[in-house]
Amino acid sequence: MANVTSTAAEPERLQLLRVLGPAHIWALGVGIVLVGEYMGWNFSVGKGGMIAGLIACWVAGLLYTCVAMIDSEVTSTVAAAGGQYAQAKHIVGPLMAFNVGLFLVMAYTMLEAANAITVGFLLDTVAGMQGHSGLNQQPFIILAIMFLAWLNYRGVLATLTFNLIITAIAFLAIITLFISVQFGASSVPLDFSAVTSDPLPYGWVGIVASLHFGLWYYLGIEGTCQAAEEVRSPARSLPYGTMAGIMTLLIAATMTWYVCSGLIPWEYLGQAGTPLFDAARVTGSTTLMILLFVGTTFATLASANGCINDASRAWFSMGRDRYLPSWFGAVHPVYRTPYRSIVFLVPIALIFALGAPLDQVVTFSILSGLLGYTFMTFNMVMFRNKWPLDTIKRGYVHPFHPLPTIVLLILCSTAYFAVFLGYGTQLSAMMCFYIVASLWFHFRRYQFVRRGDQFTMPWPKPQGY
Amino acid sequence: MDIWNILEYAAWALSALFGVLMLIDLVRIDSTYDNELLISSREGEIEATAERHEI
Repeated sequence: MANVTSTAAEPERLQLLRVLGPAHIWALGVGIVLVGEYMGWNFSVGKGGMIAGLIACWVAGLLYTCVAMIDSEVTSTVAAAGGQYAQAKHIVGPLMAFNVGLFLVMAYTMLEAANAITVGFLLDTVAGMQGHSGLNQQPFIILAIMFLAWLNYRGVLATLTFNLIITAIAFLAIITLFISVQFGASSVPLDFSAVTSDPLPYGWVGIVASLHFGLWYYLGIEGTCQAAEEVRSPARSLPYGTMAGIMTLLIAATMTWYVCSGLIPWEYLGQAGTPLFDAARVTGSTTLMILLFVGTTFATLASANGCINDASRAWFSMGRDRYLPSWFGAVHPVYRTPYRSIVFLVPIALIFALGAPLDQVVTFSILSGLLGYTFMTFNMVMFRNKWPLDTIKRGYVHPFHPLPTIVLLILCSTAYFAVFLGYGTQLSAMMCFYIVASLWFHFRRYQFVRRGDQFTMPWPKPQGY
Repeated sequence: MDIWNILEYAAWALSALFGVLMLIDLVRIDSTYDNELLISSREGEIEATAERHEI
């Protein structure tokens, strides 16, 4: 049994394996998110037109830049599996931590299910193009989840190296499409005439409504911090990987909007299932079409892979602290992964992938993510107030505090309103779910938590305590 | 039966294979190792051994 920690005074312990570097962190963050460039974001164009789609792209980009900066500072200091859950536990309190843990697990498991559904849809599309109609998507959906869960089960290094390769290919596919179109490889020229002829077809409210789907460009970049216990140097790798990730996504998002809006009329783009693949088809180039199909498939798999990684770490951390049964807090003695959490979340992902419609699954994921971002705002303020800059060492200090926090809170509020416009019932239902879960935790589960054991950081006492 | 029908059966078979591999290993590990060791991971280990929060 390798790498088991033990001292003369303490019994041997199993820990997650510390083998990752900044590139793996980049692959985890961008891998989860890049699928949003390949599908989903374009509904923002359908909600408000081309200009609204671009504004949503950049406003959501601003929101997530704030998320990445705030997350980099806190995570480089609270370097523990569970990411924002561990942050909430140390900075806010147990009930907040329990809720944040649930937000994370729900957001990532729903996103994993949505990705698996998309794999089935993609293969059905290809089968249809080859003359095979009525493909049974279920075995491919199940295979995507099972294979990636097995990969995660076997070890984090192989999992995220796999993510690094397929994410890099998917990103290069977008750049290749952009360059090819710029240099005239497309048989259809770029056309932005709708920017002037039909700038805001649904008025200013269209911009607000489009913000909901603008989040797709970047949703999940905060997942980088789930790997905090598995990186060789958390204080260095997490900020590097996260900030490089958000820069990659800002470039990819802008290129995606530019190419797709120029090649596909906005009325069609707003309803397309796979906009980048459709843009490649419009160019008339078979090579680009194949490349973007591969890119779409890889981006989808990378996202599902990263989601399994992150959801299992959050669930594992909650089990380790007895916020959930401690059975989930187990580490595999050979592969050093949270194997019970990985296996437990497989059937949950399958139920949603096989039994729920895609837009509902996606909306539940987005809403859980939004709740997590809202938490980050007051978490950041409390972190700076309780432990000012001169009291503990941070791996990264984000600039202009509290401006990013204020901007993030304003944008989150706007995004809630945007979601409410289209999915008010789901928003209310989800809030009810988290309230019931909180009551269960407070009145039933918290008695099992070992209160002294859960606060592990060797920090000085917070100011005011 | 065309290639897509064969791929469907292959996907079912591989899904079952990966599921069974995970379950067998889970049962084997749980029955081989003491549960106290398996759930012995602690959050603070990294901080205590590698990186200290001192200015």
